[in-house]
Amino acid sequence: MAETAAAPKNVKFIITRQDEPETSPYTEEFELAYRPGMNVISALMEIQRNPVNAKGDNTVPVCWESNCLEEVCGACSMVINGKPRQACAALIDNLEQPVRIEPMKTFPVVRDLVIDRSRMFNALKRVKAWIPIDGTYDLGPGPRMPEKKRQWAYELSKCMTCGVCLEACPNVNEKTDFIGPAAISQVRLFNAHPTGEMNAEERLDALMEDGGIDGCGNSQNCVRACPKGIPLTTSIAEINKQTTKHMFKRWLGV
Amino acid sequence: MRGFYSRKIHSLLGVIPLGAFFLEHMLTNFAAVEGGASGFTDSVLWLNSLPLVFFLELFGIWLPLLYHGVYGLYIAYQSKPNLNRYNLERNWRYTLQRITGVVTFIFIVWHLWDTRVQVALGKVEHDQLGGVMHNIVTQPLLMTLYIVGIVAACFHFSNGLWSFLISWGITVGPRSQRVSSVLCLGIFVIVTFMFVLSLVTFRNDEFQTAAVAMQSLRSFI
Repeated sequence: MAETAAAPKNVKFIITRQDEPETSPYTEEFELAYRPGMNVISALMEIQRNPVNAKGDNTVPVCWESNCLEEVCGACSMVINGKPRQACAALIDNLEQPVRIEPMKTFPVVRDLVIDRSRMFNALKRVKAWIPIDGTYDLGPGPRMPEKKRQWAYELSKCMTCGVCLEACPNVNEKTDFIGPAAISQVRLFNAHPTGEMNAEERLDALMEDGGIDGCGNSQNCVRACPKGIPLTTSIAEINKQTTKHMFKRWLGV
Repeated sequence: MRGFYSRKIHSLLGVIPLGAFFLEHMLTNFAAVEGGASGFTDSVLWLNSLPLVFFLELFGIWLPLLYHGVYGLYIAYQSKPNLNRYNLERNWRYTLQRITGVVTFIFIVWHLWDTRVQVALGKVEHDQLGGVMHNIVTQPLLMTLYIVGIVAACFHFSNGLWSFLISWGITVGPRSQRVSSVLCLGIFVIVTFMFVLSLVTFRNDEFQTAAVAMQSLRSFI
């Protein structure tokens, strides 16, 4: 290993680029000198510093988004070697070469690897993924949450709205309006909360609208793709249970 | 709202009544294995002696089949399979569920044309259906197509049960979904075995006599 590490090594990247939201995408190749511990973000930074492609031509630096650089914000989600994931956690040492980088095309592409994830945040608004506690006076402390429940609910709260589960889902595409696994799991989270539970039916109603939970086709890619290991399919099945119960209750007027 | 209910109805109809009829059909066919040509004919005649059999067929089979099939084609159209990215067992089953759904729908239309439609047109009597099947399954190409159609239907039924349990919130956690996977695989094996065995039995010569009788009747008319 020592010899190979000492030898000068290059890393090849094939990046799918797009100049404008409406223009057609194209690929551009880059070749960078290997550096120990480099990841996709540091490679993109390198291209930004020295925007020269593999042919040696000057080019426009590749655009991308990133914030936390520790896989908790979700901003740098992109498709790396065919799998949607966070670029900051994609170590070059663990990737097959050439490294193919594409935007998550389930979302509208703004430019190069920058996508518009508005639909994720609109989905959270649609299902009211929050707990209303504001009033004109102090409502006092809410009910306590059992520790056992808090532990699994905490796992659901790790969702960073990155969009990888939507990119992995075969039922989230231009032919459907399926809301995607992330928002469904958030409904489970907020419906599990002792205070949030008071508005549980509003969230279930939202998921029974068009584009709601009925869009799931049980391919279960989401749970395998989620970078935070959130049990998304358990959330979907649990919300299936809640909406089914809610449906019968509404019919019977209970 | 409309999408939620139409999908729920699609899911329900797949099990009740269509899944129930599918199993009933399997038992009727299997009477050929156990009781030969006469056993099969008795079984068909018993089924058709049920009270209000036309309405049972209409509301228990044809209308549910039409809804489940047409809406199912729409569901299949809406999917964008990504096995190239996620070559996983569940993703395979998701994709196969859609493919076998389309195959089964086409197969059922063809099979209905061969059997029920001919009965409705008055060209075949119920007790001659064994002969009709004999004439079909003794031709290698048609036998192959029937086996493809039947295996597709068996897969669609068994895997549909698995996803039905999820869609109605019965199997929630990963363990219950794993257990139901195994059970549904078992159902798939048994159902496929019974259907294919019946199909092979229809090749027996004793069904031919019925077929010959039918042909002479046809030429007579």
